[in-house]
Amino acid sequence: MNPAFSVIFFTVTAGAGYGLLILLAFARIAGLAPDISPDQYTATGLLGLLLVTAGLLSSTFHLANPKNAWRSFTRFRTSWLSREAVFAVVFYPVAVLWLISEWLFGNTGLSVFLGLVSATLALIVLVCTAMIYASLKTIRQWHTSLTPVNFVLLGLSLGALFFLLVLVSQSLPIGRLVSTAVVLLVVSTLAKLVYFHWIGQPAGPTINTALGFTRATVRLLDVGHSSGTFHTREFGYQVARAKLIWIRVASITLAFALPLLFVSGLVGEVGGAHVVLAAIAAYVGVFLERWLFFAEARHVVNLYHGSQRT
Amino acid sequence: MKLGLVIDMDTCVGCHACAVACKQWNTSGTTGPLSDTDPYGAEPTGVWFNRIRHYEVDDYPNSKTINAPMSCMHCEDAACVTVCPTGASYKREEDGIVLVDQSKCMGCNLCAWACPYGARELDPNEGVMKKCTLCVDRIYDEHLPVEDRQPACVLTCPTHARFFGDFDDPDSEVSTLTRERGGQAMMPELGYAPVNRYLPPRNKPHVPTVEKKTASEGGAIGLVASWMRRQKEAFDAIGVHDGSRAEASAGARTHVGAATPLPGDSADDSTPGVLR
Repeated sequence: MNPAFSVIFFTVTAGAGYGLLILLAFARIAGLAPDISPDQYTATGLLGLLLVTAGLLSSTFHLANPKNAWRSFTRFRTSWLSREAVFAVVFYPVAVLWLISEWLFGNTGLSVFLGLVSATLALIVLVCTAMIYASLKTIRQWHTSLTPVNFVLLGLSLGALFFLLVLVSQSLPIGRLVSTAVVLLVVSTLAKLVYFHWIGQPAGPTINTALGFTRATVRLLDVGHSSGTFHTREFGYQVARAKLIWIRVASITLAFALPLLFVSGLVGEVGGAHVVLAAIAAYVGVFLERWLFFAEARHVVNLYHGSQRT
Repeated sequence: MKLGLVIDMDTCVGCHACAVACKQWNTSGTTGPLSDTDPYGAEPTGVWFNRIRHYEVDDYPNSKTINAPMSCMHCEDAACVTVCPTGASYKREEDGIVLVDQSKCMGCNLCAWACPYGARELDPNEGVMKKCTLCVDRIYDEHLPVEDRQPACVLTCPTHARFFGDFDDPDSEVSTLTRERGGQAMMPELGYAPVNRYLPPRNKPHVPTVEKKTASEGGAIGLVASWMRRQKEAFDAIGVHDGSRAEASAGARTHVGAATPLPGDSADDSTPGVLR
């Protein structure tokens, strides 16, 4: 699949924003940042909303006819893209009310309640975004429950690192949040490695079932078009195998290994520089991960263009 | 009604006439234009509702060229309609045709991602998705003679490899052909229940092949002998079988001194239909 920058930026940045807001809702309940003041809390929430908004705006650049984007709220019952749009919009007023109540009244029951509702909605949006891809039976690298698992885990991991960044900049204690970030990073590393292993197994339709000739070998003689088509541009994206492996290593190193090294305390007491490096490395690493998510996906229509060697 | 196409892979010669007729009708029809980019340049590309690909099935000497024209399968459980967030993609209840309402499409490409058959193409000029309409602006046009109320691809096919009709009617031409010739769906395992059916090539008697003999085989004598044998077979075949000729032919064979059996002679004589 053609890795479109707007969609990669959207899923990574909005994912980080939703992850940050989910963790913020649990800041006091789970003791991630017990000493955070209402003003700092609200400011962190605004940072999360900024990330989410930047991502959502970027997603509209992917549309060829954005003037009809408002219509995407109308097929809530069947389309995951519609569900994502609806929940992303429902999320805003709740999250804004939450931050206002926190800013005006401080740490009250209302703030906690609205925070938990916002966190639930944020999680739903993350899952809806992932299900847009996971629901496509035509792309077997996406059609797996690992897709929503990875989207949620990576969003939370990035959110935890961004939250750490805020706490460090405000000289707040970070103990609990550091251990949370370490757990999230370890679990998302495992989930991503399982995914890489899983997509390495051959599965799905073949050129035989694609044409109905299941008792003989089938070879492409001619694709029937003399230069590129919509399908070759959208689905025919190919990267050399050696390059893919190199990018996989870079993505795992930047997204997981380096942040773990910095925030686990293996290279000295976790300080400001550590957290900044960890957050930057993780953001770039997850960006590469999301690029791979598209670049490694193979649409079944490629079978008709001779993608299966026989 | 469940309208759809049957495509006979036995008779299709892969001439692309259906694709051209489709483009001509639809680019000037209600779904048009089917925009082209760089149409007369080095890299022409554009929107087509129907594309033909060519394959070789099985291995030599049993291999056969297959031409596979592919357009929208008008799936009963159309994933493109399910994933559409705007409601632009829809499947008509009355006849099962899958269509795009271009005034509602936001060009997100998700339907094209969901379609396994490559039936949907984004028109970059208009920013909306376009696809085969089964010539919905033609098949119901009462101003046309009844025999012309068919999709453009079906009407134009020079080998009559395309059929249009109602799969819900068990006695329709498409249902009968599918039943009698074992019509198959493409990628049925994805579960979208495509309506269009493809008729596999008929089973024709196997034609055995032998290696072509080189002129040097058996030397000059062998060459003359096999030429004479072919004359005899030709005369036999057209029924010229009076004794004198047969004797002369047989005599000639001994006359040139082919006392020893010619290479391959005995095997060839017992094998009908040998190519040489």
